[in-house]
Amino acid sequence: METTLVENLPEVTAAGVIIKAVIILAIISAIAGFGTFIERKVLAFMQRRLGPMHVGPYGLLQLAADGIKLFTKEDIIPQNANKFIFMVAPIITAATAFIALAAVPVFPDFTIPGWIPLLGGTFVPAISADLNIGILFVLGMMASGLYGPLLAGMSQANKWGIIGAARTAIQFLSYEVVTGLSILAPIMLVGSLSFVDFNNAQAGGISHWLIWQQPVAFVLFLIAGFAETNRTPFDLLEHEAEIVSGYATEYSGMRWGMFFIGEYANMITISIIAAVVFLGGYSEVGIGWLTIILKVGFFFFLMLWVRASWPHVRPDQLMWLCWKVLMPIAVVNVVITGIVMMV
Amino acid sequence: MGLEQFKNRNVGTQNYRMLDLGQSPVSGMEKFRQVAARTVKGELFVGLWVTLREMINALLKGQMHTVKYPFEKMPISPRYRAIHDMLRLLESGHYRCIGCGLCEKICISNCITMDTRYDENQRKEVTEYTINFGRCIFCGYCAEVCPELAIVHGQRYETASEQRASFSLFEDMLTPIDKLNLQQEYQGFGAVTPNADENIKQTPLAY
Repeated sequence: METTLVENLPEVTAAGVIIKAVIILAIISAIAGFGTFIERKVLAFMQRRLGPMHVGPYGLLQLAADGIKLFTKEDIIPQNANKFIFMVAPIITAATAFIALAAVPVFPDFTIPGWIPLLGGTFVPAISADLNIGILFVLGMMASGLYGPLLAGMSQANKWGIIGAARTAIQFLSYEVVTGLSILAPIMLVGSLSFVDFNNAQAGGISHWLIWQQPVAFVLFLIAGFAETNRTPFDLLEHEAEIVSGYATEYSGMRWGMFFIGEYANMITISIIAAVVFLGGYSEVGIGWLTIILKVGFFFFLMLWVRASWPHVRPDQLMWLCWKVLMPIAVVNVVITGIVMMV
Repeated sequence: MGLEQFKNRNVGTQNYRMLDLGQSPVSGMEKFRQVAARTVKGELFVGLWVTLREMINALLKGQMHTVKYPFEKMPISPRYRAIHDMLRLLESGHYRCIGCGLCEKICISNCITMDTRYDENQRKEVTEYTINFGRCIFCGYCAEVCPELAIVHGQRYETASEQRASFSLFEDMLTPIDKLNLQQEYQGFGAVTPNADENIKQTPLAY
């Protein structure tokens, strides 16, 4: 598909944005569900197992079986829990994850063909809300996703939940510092917070990718992204061996499923940010959107790959890594970038 | 898949290596040096490579470990002691059991019950023979004591059933007469291992 610059695009209407929002909600939910299947398969292959095999060909319909299970399972609310907060918390996680996706480019733009009644001719944009502070918005929205696990853990009257909530607070708050500082250096280079500007700045092919100018920032962002999305090796919020399931201990059914979907949507968001900011985004001429899907797919696979390979870190190692290693390196990286830009 | 892995009983002769774990850093400078060295060394990528290599082996080189159990089964050792088989004489097709009652006597969990009588040729005839598999501990004494190799341990290890009496009657365990040609001679409990010669030292004459 031809890549188009913003100036050439047709006018974005409210109907187009709403269609885009529905598409994102439907497809990302499905991908999040499918992601669990992929994760189980990849982890199985890396341990030389087969993974889910019995529901459908190669276990492809496992997703449907899991969905039926999640939807029909009893929604238990513990006796001493704060019922309202307990019920709202998973919605916060899922909602913030999807709101964050509003400002990132997901799926190509297209125009609905004219023969379709009512909506024919509507232009559906690639980004549903093309903010000029896109990165700031996405990071802020993912940061507010902190309240999901935090409130869930604190409301459920369960000691494992409390520990999970405490770990949520320290981990997410700490690593937001690293995420922000590491992405600050590319922002300084590009001079914009918009994903479209990032994409256009790297439009000249692989040699123009920001990863070559900012390798340190890339690694820092990746590490912090793993921590922000609660992935192994920073999987301390729901560390099974220590705290049962952390903040999700008392959840069942679809409320637990919303945490799950939120986590996978966040993984996709982080993958897209990393692909757009550091790996050139969707700008390759010719294959266009296929490349960003490959890049996002690579980052998604990397998360599963790392989970299969590396052990968890301890909470104290996590804090040590954040405040004594990553944050100083990020600050030094920003300073050096600034000096180079000035000189 | 062969039986080699079951037949290797020389535990401890494999190649074990002691790992050089080095020394834990004590001073702050040593700790810093360890962190810096580990950062640069790329040990983490070794871990990533190991899992990726296993994935490639599993997917492309056919080294998947999973046995889809109900559909495919691992071979078990001939010495495995599962549900008993009663064997027949290959020539006449008559059951081998001579009704001597040794297995009933030696059974330490008292699960074998048998009754015999003399038939018209004054031969012992087994009129009733049951093994209570709720009590059987599969010790193998009955197979070991049997002078005729009539009762042996088979390979049938899937013993879930709808009735308590399943598997346990004489007719259930007896080789079906139409499958007599498929009857395997017993290689099981007490049988010598294929590498028995290597495991035996000659007794010195001075003994």
